[in-house]
Amino acid sequence: MTTAEKYVTGAYCAVFAVVLVYVVIIALKLQRLEREVDELEKKSG
Amino acid sequence: MIAAWAQLATVRRLPRISLPALAVSSLVLVTLALALIFFVVPNDANQGFSQRIFYFHVSIAITAYACFIGGAWKALVHLWKHDPRADLESYVAVHQGVIFGVLVLVTGSIWAKISWGHWWLWSEDQLVLFLVLFLFYAAYFMLRFSVDPGPQQANFSAVYALFGVVLIPVSFAAIRLAKGLIHPVVFTRHGPNFGGWILVTYCVAQAAMLVFAYTLYRVELSGKRIDARLRELRIA
Amino acid sequence: MNYLADVRTLARKDLLLELRARDTLPAMLLFVVATFVVFHFTLPAHSSDLAASGLLWVAILFTALLGLGRAFVPEREQRTLDGLVLAPCDRSAIWLAKSLATLAFLVAAEIVALPVFALFFHGVGAATIGGVALADVGICAVGTFLGAMAVATRARDLLLPLLFLPLAIPIVVGGIGASTAASPGRYLGFLVLYDALFALLCWASFEYVVAE
Repeated sequence: MTTAEKYVTGAYCAVFAVVLVYVVIIALKLQRLEREVDELEKKSG
Repeated sequence: MIAAWAQLATVRRLPRISLPALAVSSLVLVTLALALIFFVVPNDANQGFSQRIFYFHVSIAITAYACFIGGAWKALVHLWKHDPRADLESYVAVHQGVIFGVLVLVTGSIWAKISWGHWWLWSEDQLVLFLVLFLFYAAYFMLRFSVDPGPQQANFSAVYALFGVVLIPVSFAAIRLAKGLIHPVVFTRHGPNFGGWILVTYCVAQAAMLVFAYTLYRVELSGKRIDARLRELRIA
Repeated sequence: MNYLADVRTLARKDLLLELRARDTLPAMLLFVVATFVVFHFTLPAHSSDLAASGLLWVAILFTALLGLGRAFVPEREQRTLDGLVLAPCDRSAIWLAKSLATLAFLVAAEIVALPVFALFFHGVGAATIGGVALADVGICAVGTFLGAMAVATRARDLLLPLLFLPLAIPIVVGGIGASTAASPGRYLGFLVLYDALFALLCWASFEYVVAE
């Protein structure tokens, strides 16, 4: 791989890594929020 | 036959894959796809390293089509079965479709610049199709947000989403027809011959993009639903 | 055939209203001729006939948009759409009637526009006329449908061109092909396909546009 190609590869991998880790974090947060809203709904009936 | 299709449209709760599990699977699949695309697949004989963008470009395009078709399906469910959840699902699917559609335009444009020296090529059917679809679905959002939330907004959006899915093949045919007129085919692209690793890499990339899109779809849907439920709780 | 009688009654109403008011059709005529004059000035000297043909289709499209924008305005202003919806007729009859009336206006405008185009630029062949006729059907079917939606939104006349133009792209391709290609048959066939597909879709889904 030439240097330019290494940069392109690095760019793709970095961007995807950041986005996907972010998505995992958001997914976990949403799961927690859904549970909390479920509880709130049960409490208020 | 019709009864079978009607059954499909009935809202059935498929075993719901949890959101974090979905997110992690898309992380794994995309990582695998990236590894294959950049480190395993050999260089294309004709175009070299830059051809690798096609694994993204094509898989993202197919994913965008899947989103639009999914959105149209949910729209049909909304109009037909009056499922209260279907309108939001249709909207989110179309939204994801537009996001991936823009990515198709971006990746296609990058490829065009690298391969042919121009940022835009009217001779690339897929690119022109996505331009037309982008215009169409951008108008979807203008339409949707020009109507107050309610049954009318849902109906308008649903009907328009159905028009979109009919437009996809019709537009494609039109673009092919137009090519015969306007552009004698000047740029030829050598199609990939699906030998060895190329097919595997493509399939993994496609699966990765589809799962990734579905994850984003579920994330957005969940966020919007929580929003709505909280609003109701606050009023109650 | 009650359905056809409903369609005829509604279409007659629109045509009579236009005959009395006489605002949409003259406006469309003037607009299309003015557009041709603008084209003369915007086309560079010694432009090909092909360029002029292309501009004919642009003119038709935007003249149609002008007429379509006005199509549902009386219903909205007088609030007659609610009355029509309550009437015991199939909702799609409203769409069909309105499309036919708009088609009549568009054809009337083109009966003047095409000879004027032939005068200003170059002759208009049979294939072009066939293409224009088929394209008109598609334009009116889809445009009327979208117009009914647009009129119910906040953005109204801003929205109709945005909704209409992407859907009009295949029509224009078929039309310009019919005008300029060596074998126009394919393009005319494509226009027939477009008209059939989208007219069916409009007809089947119009009730969801006017329902509450």
